Amino acid sequence: MSPRPPFEPALEPERYELHEGLPYRFELGRRGFLHLLGGVVVLVVAHDAASQESGRGGRGPSAESELAAWLNIAEDGTVSVFTGKVEVGQNARTSLSQAVADELKAPLDSIRLVMGDTDLTPHDAGTFGSRSTPYMAPQLRKAAAVARELLKELAAKEWGVDATSLAVADGQVSHAISGRSAGFGQLTKGQKLVRTLSGEIPLTPAERWSVAGRSVPKQNARDIVTGRHRYTSDLSPAPFAPSEMLYGRVLRPPALGATLASLEPVAAQDALQGVVLVSDGDFVGVAAKRSSEAARALAALRPKWNLTPQPEARELLDRLRQPPEAPREGRQSPPHVVGSVAEARPKAAHRLEATYSVAYIAHVPLEPRAAVAEWKDGRLTVWTGTQRPFGVKSELCEALRLAEDRVRVIVPDTGSGYGGKHSGECAIEAARLARTAGRPVKVVWTREEEFRWAYFRPAGVIDVKSGTDADGRLVAWEMHNYNSGSSAIRTLYEAPHQHIEFHPGRSPLRQGSYRGLAATANHFARESHMDEIAAALKLDPLEFRLRNLKDARQRAVLEAAAERFGWAKAKSAPGHGHGIAGGFEKGSYVATCAEVKVEPAGAVRVVRLVAAFECGAVVNPDQLKNQVEGSLIMGLGGALFEAVEFDRGEILNPQLSRYRVPRFSDSPPLEVVLLDRKDLPSEGAGETPIVGVAPAVAGAIHAATGARLRALPLVPRGLPSPRA
Amino acid sequence: MASGAPVPLDLTVNGTRRRIPGDTGESLLAILREELDLTGSKYGCGEGQCGACTVLVDGRPVRSCITPAASVAGKVVTTIEGLEEGGRLHPLQEAFIEADAMQCGYCIPGMIVEAAALLRRVRSPDDAEIARAMEGHVCRCCTYPRIVQAIRKAAASSVRPAPAGRAKTGLGDRT
Repeated sequence: MSPRPPFEPALEPERYELHEGLPYRFELGRRGFLHLLGGVVVLVVAHDAASQESGRGGRGPSAESELAAWLNIAEDGTVSVFTGKVEVGQNARTSLSQAVADELKAPLDSIRLVMGDTDLTPHDAGTFGSRSTPYMAPQLRKAAAVARELLKELAAKEWGVDATSLAVADGQVSHAISGRSAGFGQLTKGQKLVRTLSGEIPLTPAERWSVAGRSVPKQNARDIVTGRHRYTSDLSPAPFAPSEMLYGRVLRPPALGATLASLEPVAAQDALQGVVLVSDGDFVGVAAKRSSEAARALAALRPKWNLTPQPEARELLDRLRQPPEAPREGRQSPPHVVGSVAEARPKAAHRLEATYSVAYIAHVPLEPRAAVAEWKDGRLTVWTGTQRPFGVKSELCEALRLAEDRVRVIVPDTGSGYGGKHSGECAIEAARLARTAGRPVKVVWTREEEFRWAYFRPAGVIDVKSGTDADGRLVAWEMHNYNSGSSAIRTLYEAPHQHIEFHPGRSPLRQGSYRGLAATANHFARESHMDEIAAALKLDPLEFRLRNLKDARQRAVLEAAAERFGWAKAKSAPGHGHGIAGGFEKGSYVATCAEVKVEPAGAVRVVRLVAAFECGAVVNPDQLKNQVEGSLIMGLGGALFEAVEFDRGEILNPQLSRYRVPRFSDSPPLEVVLLDRKDLPSEGAGETPIVGVAPAVAGAIHAATGARLRALPLVPRGLPSPRA
Repeated sequence: MASGAPVPLDLTVNGTRRRIPGDTGESLLAILREELDLTGSKYGCGEGQCGACTVLVDGRPVRSCITPAASVAGKVVTTIEGLEEGGRLHPLQEAFIEADAMQCGYCIPGMIVEAAALLRRVRSPDDAEIARAMEGHVCRCCTYPRIVQAIRKAAASSVRPAPAGRAKTGLGDRT
């Protein structure tokens, strides 16, 4: 295994991973519930390795003296595992359970994961950046390994035998010589045994995994297919009957940047009968017994707004190239410079430069932002679908001026996020309404609110300049990304002279994290440009890439994808093209091949996608394949047609009928090749497979038509004039 | 909004007759979720574009978010909660689990209800028929290929009679 900090390093997120918020630092509170737990309790303390990385920028927790994870084995053998990660469809609940079952040698169905509950689970910066598998799984494995050894000690003492003569399997400790065996729960005998651990604990290598490394179904699949699973938007907090809960709605301004001037008396007073109205500064909201009553009450309000001028859409590209008005918190990383592009590029045999751009796109999580807030004895509990339960708790404390110990955030398994649910506005809205109402309040954003008032994947402009020698080898590579972000901005291709830089921009729209974030934009620019050089030099796009690539893992996926796709025999023809792209991000590698047909009228259809993916040792092959497939099709949306249209502070396509997302008919036949590297640590996989889709499709369109498209989305309305 | 005394709404939901006091012109989805606490049908878009709210009315799939509750008076409504029979999952529910045809799962109840209607119309649809019938549904996690596969599996399990002996009898019997 290659070295890696044993604990999740303090966050070094990209600027947009955490969109604007307040700096925070959590202290570990007294965890009262720990005193209630019997059985074996193992606490994993994050320590030095992480603290060396901490203390930057005031962001994220200092890992020092923080608990990273804990685990409890009850007398009935149930294993409860506590992690601050959340489940948003990436299947961490199942894959982390597999890791624990594997290390503890317990049946998978005895593992119960408690996720994303700020009262019960250790602090966690958030579920993003593909970090659950590489960082959380090893921590939980450590807790499991220590618990397993502790159970062996208990059995050894009880039976008067040597612990090394004991075997552990399937939730049982057994002694072959005497024929004794006992279940985990029995061995605890109701005693409370607490063990705290830190440092290196030997873990089972991937070659010897039994429960991990194979496909098991999603843990709560049955609840999902029966409709029994309660997402936040489905909840009503016990002991309240659903009828005692109120439904909240919030008054929204007509455009970005507008502030409330005044709230006139309402048009129809009876619309407010029995409705809770809260008007507090810029916040105006209502809560009523039914969502329809709340909507009616909201419509009856007569607000006046102060508008501030907002940029026009046609100014976008210029603004992205301008530095932000106020330098936002978050660091701008220095440029990556190797050699001297300025000296080397003018002497290169072939020089090329091009500019690429990507549009704002929306996450469109099918479950919109939702929160249920309840005040009881001066303490606030909020159930909400977020990727950052502790961050949202912090936002609640700040907004409502509450002490840390007065707020609890619980995240039920959530109807997806894709980086779009880092913020706590809906939680704050529900909490504010509930405080006045004196009853639990649920706020579920409408789809239109989600489009208008959430944040987007940043738009960006990327300039690339390259120099190549007479043998088709890169000499110089210069790349500037304006506004969209620095994820995957560096190149894996060998170039002796490099200048690579990210420049924060002046975004007219609210922007934040997204699946893979800027990795899609940066790969689109880089891989498209590689294609352009290959075309200029009349080299095969794959051959040109391999000629400039030493990285063995990137080469392996490119070769695997090309082989499955039949790249060597794939001959493009007018109206029918093939494209290929490689990618590396978040520790994992992808290569994508696309086959595209272009109709004479300009309609572009992706008729086949093949991807090879490698993320170290595979934990759950079928669920991993599921993630890769989903990433590929989602990537087609951003590649072909997804774009947020806006003008002067207003979103022009804030409905699903006007913002096109991939549907069944957009989903081409897919083939996914997984390269399982049991000799390498497992990396996250929810994001990286998305990055190769756009450049592979753009390359295929070029091969089919000769048209070089340099802006995402590529063909929102088809190709204007295909050269067939 | 109607004036005067609200008229109660009578309908049958998942085999049970229900009387909803005071119809206020709400959507069927709001009645199901807020009045009957049947939250398996989801809100996704509010304009009939995503299919997450799909239920059967007299056996036909409708988008409950844009269906006025009053329009289903006296009719038979089946939601995702009504597809199980005697604790046994519907073949589609089994097939979705088997095919891992879900990620976050939010769209899945609507998908399964729509597919149930499809399989009543067409016993053994091909992939193109499935995609056509399901086109009005959005899975933002994009598990589309697996959903198609699950529907095909369920169709196969319902058209094939259970063979005797130890042969695999379909989706009900996992080996």
